[in-house]
Amino acid sequence: MTILQVEDLGITFGGLRAVDGVSFQVSLGEVFSIIGPNGAGKTTLFNLVTGIYRAGRGRIVLAGEDVTRVAPHLLVRRGMARTFQNLQIFFRMTALENVMVGNHLAERTSFLADLLSLPSVARQNVRTRARAMELLERVGLAHHADTTAGDLPYGVLKRLEIARALAADPKVLLLDEPAAGCNAVETEAIDRLIGQIARDGVAVVLIEHDMKLVMKISDRVLVLAHGRRLAEGPPRQVRSDPAVIAAYLGEHGAREADRAHG
Amino acid sequence: MLKRVLSSRLAVLVLLAAIIAVVPVLAPSSFYLRVAALVWIFALAALGLTILTGYAGQVSLGHAGFLGIGAYAVAVGPAKLGLDPLLSLLLGAVLCGLVAYAVGRPILRLKGYYLAIATLGFGLIVALVLTSESAVTGGPDGMQVPRMVLFGWRVSGVSTWYWITGGALLVGALLALNIQASPSGRALRALHDSEVAAAGVGVDVAKKKLAAFVLSAVFAGVAGSLLALMNGFITPDAAGFMHSIELVAMVIIGGLGSVVGAVVGAAFLVVLPQALTVLQEYEQAVLGLLIMVFMILLPAGIVPSLRRLLLERAA
Ligand SMILES: Nc1ncnc2c1ncn2[C@@H]1O[C@H](COP(=O)(O)OP(=O)(O)OP(=O)(O)O)[C@@H](O)[C@H]1O
Ligand SMILES: [Mg+2]
Repeated sequence: MTILQVEDLGITFGGLRAVDGVSFQVSLGEVFSIIGPNGAGKTTLFNLVTGIYRAGRGRIVLAGEDVTRVAPHLLVRRGMARTFQNLQIFFRMTALENVMVGNHLAERTSFLADLLSLPSVARQNVRTRARAMELLERVGLAHHADTTAGDLPYGVLKRLEIARALAADPKVLLLDEPAAGCNAVETEAIDRLIGQIARDGVAVVLIEHDMKLVMKISDRVLVLAHGRRLAEGPPRQVRSDPAVIAAYLGEHGAREADRAHG
Repeated sequence: MLKRVLSSRLAVLVLLAAIIAVVPVLAPSSFYLRVAALVWIFALAALGLTILTGYAGQVSLGHAGFLGIGAYAVAVGPAKLGLDPLLSLLLGAVLCGLVAYAVGRPILRLKGYYLAIATLGFGLIVALVLTSESAVTGGPDGMQVPRMVLFGWRVSGVSTWYWITGGALLVGALLALNIQASPSGRALRALHDSEVAAAGVGVDVAKKKLAAFVLSAVFAGVAGSLLALMNGFITPDAAGFMHSIELVAMVIIGGLGSVVGAVVGAAFLVVLPQALTVLQEYEQAVLGLLIMVFMILLPAGIVPSLRRLLLERAA
């Protein structure tokens, strides 16, 4: 079932068409990967889809509703969560607290109740903590629960971001280079984790440079170059696409491929 | 274990209560009690900034403006409007909250330096209004604050105010600690580090910042009311720029985001100038020097630095 539908999405930065008329659809339980050379517009596409940038053109439909102009903090409510290429961690908080914040939407207390520490707040804290602990275990970071996030290594923080996003109980999970900077063991763990998440019925949209990982876990792959769709399809098909090969052969190849495509 | 004790709500409250209880025993004269009461008052205002700046990371260089509003509420209310002083204090707190809401909505969209300058402007405006509306406020010369009467009991005397301000500080500390360990507190601390990520998990960043701003203004307003009531006299100086800077300095010297730190920072900046008066013309210079030395040696602030030291010793 299609959960996220992006139609003709575009944005320009001072004349640069960072994303230029991109369309795709993602279904529940699917791993949909977006690849492309540096500067292709992958992260910008995520920023458009999550409402951080305002689309210059196009439409975003989430679970059947047009969410093109919906503010980022409201998109979570409709089932979209993400991680960031440049870590966006709450560095002063513990790993557990980072994930607890991810549960914010499910927390049913008011500012006033929090101020007075009403019994409902203590009960909520117990629920949130238990859920966060479960998720830390799931990503294999339970032993770091009480460590301040700022003291944790990069590879661990990448997984912490995934746990935090999962705490929001998303239907669509956007991962921006989750394996970047991770060693082989960590990449393996992320690989397994993504597989599990998809099997739980979540639509995973993955930006990743690690081709081995992409080819292994993706159901479909979208290739971007210069903000535009270069190819889309199952991993095998995309890998043998001449335009894609050209794009990965460098700047010159990419231009050739563009001409061939447009 | 030690870490758990150091960060427990109860431990912090017991520690503060113990300090408040012990000071009168050690104080050689009522002068010292008065200075201590001033520490509790400024600590209460600083706790507001602990929530706004320490938890949420939003700067205000105009919080003395709220101090001034609270102070003049208990002066103008009874003297000009015939209101009960306690009611005036509550109305002052409400007024601070409303003003913070109105001012915060537009300016909290600003970040960093820009927010600092906008709040600075707010503080200047309050001080200006208090100075120029002399028909109501007595102008630059200030005005008398009527004594508070509670259930027929005339509240006066240094030791009485000592216990009232100490009690107010404890309540303030309890509220600040409550927020810290709650969903709202986590949201505030989260947006401090990354607004994008906080919004990404559903935190309404603008709303949370505004709530913190309003709450911090109420803290400052109540502190201002207590200051005016204890002194029995108030001038627009209460809302002055220097006081705004001092409040910020208190939370930073004591340790940003630390409840005990706000009290330690307030003690630092209220007690030291008194202690240094023996140096006469060098007082300001030495105070300035001490601030610099402390910031260089303990950049994380006094309380967090000591805490870390203690934990490393124990480990
Ligand atoms: N806020 C912005 N202002 C101006 N230009 C931007 C902005 N965000 C992105 N760009 C530009 O848009 C283009 C696409 O950037 P984007 O970060 O989306 O690439 P990417 O595909 O994620 O690359 P990488 O693989 O290196 O992460 C780049 O040329 C970048 O400089
Ligand atoms: Mg990118």
